[in-house]
Amino acid sequence: MRPRATEVNLGDRVFRWTTAIFAGIILVILAGMALQMLRASAPSLSKFGFGFLTSTEWDVVREEFGALPFIFGTVVSSLVGLIVAVPVALGIANFHSELAPSWVARPLGFIVELLAAIPSVVYGLWGIFVVAPWLRTTVEPFLGKTLGFIPLFAGPPRGYGMLAAGFLLAIMILPTIASISRDVLRAAPTILREGALALGATRWEAIRSAVLPFVRSGIVGAVILGLGRALGETMAVTMVIGNRAEIAASLFHPGYSMASVIANEYAEASSDMHLAALSEIGLLLFGVTLLLNVAARLLVWRVGGGPTGART
Amino acid sequence: MRSLILAVAVVALVACSDKNEPVKAGKANDSETLDLQGAGATFPYPLYSKWVAEYQKANPRVRINYQSIGSGGGIRQITERTVDFGASDAPMTDAELAKAPGKLVHIPTTLGAVVLAYNVADVKSGLKLTPDVIAGIFLGDIKTWDDPKIAKDNPDLKLPRDPITVATRSDGSGTTAVFTDYLAKISPAWKEKVGAGKSVKFPVGLGAKGNEGVAGQVKTTPGTIGYIELAYAKQTGASCAWVQNAAGKFVEPSLAGISAAAAGVSKDMPDDFRVSIANAPGDASYPISSFTYILVYADGADAAKAKAVASFLWWAIHDGQKLGPDLFYAPLPAEVVAKEEAKLKTLTAGGKPLL
Repeated sequence: MRPRATEVNLGDRVFRWTTAIFAGIILVILAGMALQMLRASAPSLSKFGFGFLTSTEWDVVREEFGALPFIFGTVVSSLVGLIVAVPVALGIANFHSELAPSWVARPLGFIVELLAAIPSVVYGLWGIFVVAPWLRTTVEPFLGKTLGFIPLFAGPPRGYGMLAAGFLLAIMILPTIASISRDVLRAAPTILREGALALGATRWEAIRSAVLPFVRSGIVGAVILGLGRALGETMAVTMVIGNRAEIAASLFHPGYSMASVIANEYAEASSDMHLAALSEIGLLLFGVTLLLNVAARLLVWRVGGGPTGART
Repeated sequence: MRSLILAVAVVALVACSDKNEPVKAGKANDSETLDLQGAGATFPYPLYSKWVAEYQKANPRVRINYQSIGSGGGIRQITERTVDFGASDAPMTDAELAKAPGKLVHIPTTLGAVVLAYNVADVKSGLKLTPDVIAGIFLGDIKTWDDPKIAKDNPDLKLPRDPITVATRSDGSGTTAVFTDYLAKISPAWKEKVGAGKSVKFPVGLGAKGNEGVAGQVKTTPGTIGYIELAYAKQTGASCAWVQNAAGKFVEPSLAGISAAAAGVSKDMPDDFRVSIANAPGDASYPISSFTYILVYADGADAAKAKAVASFLWWAIHDGQKLGPDLFYAPLPAEVVAKEEAKLKTLTAGGKPLL
């Protein structure tokens, strides 16, 4: 049976338009979200202006709002998470792509990805019942005794605080960084490794001198993606960070993150200025994570060979 | 191509036919069960969930869903008319009442107490706290458990040298409103520095979500003191402090103490029931007691739902009161119930009285 020329064109055109509409819907939703948040935070933007980002006041009764404690809390807990997660994730990625025999590699990859599938709330519960008591009874007293002279580890051990949040975030972003780094490492041409090994390099030297420089931007991209995830984590962080809008030098001290304050206070914020301030924090978070993710994706594509992953 | 069109057509037909079923079932449901939505305070949640269970047994056509999201949330939801009744421990302020699209009525449902739950090694019970000490702890002036100010009132207790970890509410809470209302009354420093309200800037403390969150934090972290509703303290087995009342006596949180606190105020109860019984006079009064309220519109939008809510409230202030004591909520004084009956009879929907 010969397909008629017009039939084929019509079907294809319908298909193209339908899928284009679906793609367009995503862009519309994104733009709509940004516009809606801008509108909702307009009262706060006009009242506090740029001072919102530098003020440490968060007083609901007196309607004085400032986002600095939350920005600090988000940044510090994410940094702690990164510092703990990146070495481990890179180690996993290297082991997985270079060194593991195939009977180990497949289950290992599966289990690491499984970590990413655990819901945030479950991490939070684990944090409350396991991590916080462990930090309070073992890790923080130890750090306080040995490194207590550094302001980072000063203060009484409470369990809940910046360190607990950072630790949980590290575990949550580990699979992201590990799996993207592994893909990026695999994308490096084997000729690089073989050349280095042929010149007499050890395994580690071959990876370090031949492969890593090639995939460096991809790994940076993976780390930034992990950072992007850490910045937005809400439930796990809010359950262990202590929910205190304060800036302190010590990691044992409680803090507050941008996502946590929105989760805690939005449901019952009744004054317009309070709602606007929370929306402005949401806008900040939205903008920052969007920018980070765009930058990270571009970096990863440079190594991986474009959005489809095809090598040119 | 043809089979694709056929498949799409079949799916479309199936989808269309399914649409009719739920609509029919919905219509049938409307005449059989009535769904009421309520939201608000976590303070009375244990009692309200018991009331809902008992009331639904007696009235199977009514299904009530109460979400304990905090008093602030309850006030916001009823103002936006997304629920049929709200609940709050703190009465609404004039500013909040002005925001509502209609006149809101406060119906006191029960009495509860805010206790100071603590977790101190070697001190299982009997910790006595004066108002100054409580204010000092929550202001951050008293930092360790063996502070002389605490030891002064507790000579026979072995207080450790551990730092005090304060647990507060991170969400907007009527329990916080009751507690800070008491603190503002007994401490001019607190009133000036922090003030009273559902969501205040605590000078010290780790924030937790809901009464449950604070109770959990007290239970799991030694050296912690937090303020929670009596029912939550009893359910988690937390140690409760004896608080010194206005008459100078140390009183343990109990139903008798709460009723004594309420007794003084019943005769002077204002018409809209908005009153504070913090630091009430009387030898046996427990000073951090409070009424808790359900909020409904004086003129309801949906007649069937408004009538159902009013009937539920009538049941709650009469038969429901018997269920309170088992859960550590004190029953309403008789004079208050009489005034509430009169108030409930004034509720209308579209101008017509409900009861």
